[in-house]
Amino acid sequence: MADDLAIDVRGMTKRFGGRTAVDHVDLQVREGEICGFLGPNGSGKTTFIRMLCGLLQADEGSGTCLGRDVIQDSEAIKRQVGYMTQKFSFWEDLSIRENLDFVARMYFVKDRKEVVRESLDRLGLTKRKDQLAGQLSGGWKQRLALAACMIHRPKLLLLDEPTAGVDPRARREFWEEIHELAGQGLTFLITTHYMDEAERCHRLAFILNGKLLTHGRVDEVIEQGHLTTWSVSGPNLLNLAAQLRGRPGVEQAVAFGSVLHVSGSDPAALEQAVAPFRTREREWRQIESGLEDVFIHFMDASKGGGTP
Amino acid sequence: MKGHWEFSLRRFWTMVIKEFIQMRRDRVTFGMMIGIPLLQLVLFGFVINSDPKHLPAAVLLADRGPHGRTLLGAIRNSGYFDFVREARTEAEAQEMLARGEVQFVVSIPENFTRSLLRGDRPAVLVEADATDPAATGNAVGALRTLIDAALSNDLKGPLAFLAPTVGPVDLRIHAMYNPEAITQYNIVPGLMGVVLTMTMVMITALAITRERERGTMENLLAMPAHPAEVLVGKIVPYILVGYVQVSLILVVARALFHVPMAGSLPLLFAVSLVFIVANLAMGIMFSTVAANQLQAVQMAFFFFLPSMLLSGFMFPFRGMPQWAQAIGEVLPLTHFLRIVRGILLKGNGFPEVIRQLWQIAVFAAVALAIGIKRYRQTLD
Ligand SMILES: Nc1ncnc2c1ncn2[C@@H]1O[C@H](COP(=O)(O)OP(=O)(O)O)[C@@H](O)[C@H]1O
Ligand SMILES: [Mg+2]
Repeated sequence: MADDLAIDVRGMTKRFGGRTAVDHVDLQVREGEICGFLGPNGSGKTTFIRMLCGLLQADEGSGTCLGRDVIQDSEAIKRQVGYMTQKFSFWEDLSIRENLDFVARMYFVKDRKEVVRESLDRLGLTKRKDQLAGQLSGGWKQRLALAACMIHRPKLLLLDEPTAGVDPRARREFWEEIHELAGQGLTFLITTHYMDEAERCHRLAFILNGKLLTHGRVDEVIEQGHLTTWSVSGPNLLNLAAQLRGRPGVEQAVAFGSVLHVSGSDPAALEQAVAPFRTREREWRQIESGLEDVFIHFMDASKGGGTP
Repeated sequence: MKGHWEFSLRRFWTMVIKEFIQMRRDRVTFGMMIGIPLLQLVLFGFVINSDPKHLPAAVLLADRGPHGRTLLGAIRNSGYFDFVREARTEAEAQEMLARGEVQFVVSIPENFTRSLLRGDRPAVLVEADATDPAATGNAVGALRTLIDAALSNDLKGPLAFLAPTVGPVDLRIHAMYNPEAITQYNIVPGLMGVVLTMTMVMITALAITRERERGTMENLLAMPAHPAEVLVGKIVPYILVGYVQVSLILVVARALFHVPMAGSLPLLFAVSLVFIVANLAMGIMFSTVAANQLQAVQMAFFFFLPSMLLSGFMFPFRGMPQWAQAIGEVLPLTHFLRIVRGILLKGNGFPEVIRQLWQIAVFAAVALAIGIKRYRQTLD
């Protein structure tokens, strides 16, 4: 089994001064999988990705990336990995075409001109190819960066918040393309803050304060949360939420449009807590917990010291 | 470590193309590359090295004889000197000089007339405040011919034997505060080295730090690129800029300042390559050490300062103390100045040049090697 793992690392640790930014993180991602990498800002996602592609030296840890030793062999890894940085990192004083061309040359891409032309076409930037990259709007920069980091046909793509600031339509197109490429055998590690994107991943890893809190398929992660969730609809939900919060057994009471989700990890305690509010004008329904509920739960639990 | 893979000419060339395009787009920097040499030439060549006249002078007249007056009259008539004060004592004269009230003190000693007539070649002391040698140089230069000519009228007929080749008076010039006056011929060729040092070091000192600050370094590091490909790739385009500067200065030196060009210009061009690369390499080295652009600029400045002061551009090299000469010998500018002045003014050829050139080459190699070694391949 080990040989079809695109990423297989253990104990990856990075310290900055006295602070541990990534703390013994293990991660396995199979070839052709899309792995969503989640966690609040500052939790160590970018640092972890940088260690994978040799941009930061790991203080501890071992493993392989595309079958190559992640500590010793980072030059070989670089050649087969596409890394899209969180912050736009292409040259703003080069044109769109020049940026793509530069990347293609650096990786010795065959039929370079043709590949660059196709890439521009796919981006829909052929007409603006001579425009400076610095003049592009945020969304277009994002798309250029994505196109550029895929131009050498990498086997593994590490995408750091690729859809931040991208409009919904472009996001959908992006995810369609990701799935198509994954179908062709490419592996993705994608960081995101969007739950709908997380749900489109084959596998999720959730990291908080440098520690991996949970790891698995979407349904597995939800199951690991051991969370019970009720959905309520009816009048004056805002008031209800305020009353529910703080009652023993209720961990979250969050409004989703016209319904309120109330969740907690102890089903009995939760049932007891909501019992006084189960009046006739409100409709109560037990539902499956959502990813977001589970993640908030994980975060609260690790902060408050409760049991996840 | 992570540097086992090969230097690739293809990737190196890719870096060169990228840097060329970026350099072409960077109008401000490009303008500075042309503007700085022009500005320096104008400042050093015209403004500072102009031929100032009517400089304030004091006279200390201890002899009231007729020949002393003839002398003072002639000095005044040259237009270089205005006698604004008369000092009664030597101490008073010194004070005026120190305070900057006058730039010269002309002392006619006691018994001047008598000594002159006896053929004793009396001393005329001219003390010059040569803090700014360019300001006093011409005036001082004019003095000797002026005095000889003035007295030759007086010393006609029976006194004619007193006007032989050595001159009737012993003119003693004390250039105070700065013993050597620098001439334009010396300065303009020297400026070539100074301008190259100033601009070449600065431009590459910013090279790596700029990539870091703009965040593009992360991208570059994520690509398979050898440090030498990146660093040398950043150097190459600026060699061209260096040559533009060299040509510009030579044209101006010839057209405006009539600097003689005794030696071979092709030789000078060939030799300049080594010096340009040495400065670019120095900048690249700074740029791998500096944490940000400001630091890089500061380092470039700290390199520029001793280069200006200890290379023999500002002060005569042989006049400096041993330790300063020792530092000067390490600096590429010192050797380049000798080369340029040697080729242009003395007509030196390759054998003389190579004795200086190899030292610049060693400097370049060491700077580049340190740069490549220091180039961090991670973001740590
Ligand atoms: N180069 C660095 N030097 C010092 N601290 C850093 C550095 N890079 C990241 N950190 C710290 O490490 C932690 C994790 O950061 P990061 O990996 O960027 O988180 P994320 O990508 O999940 O937002 C943060 O607290 C950040 O301040
Ligand atoms: Mg990040």
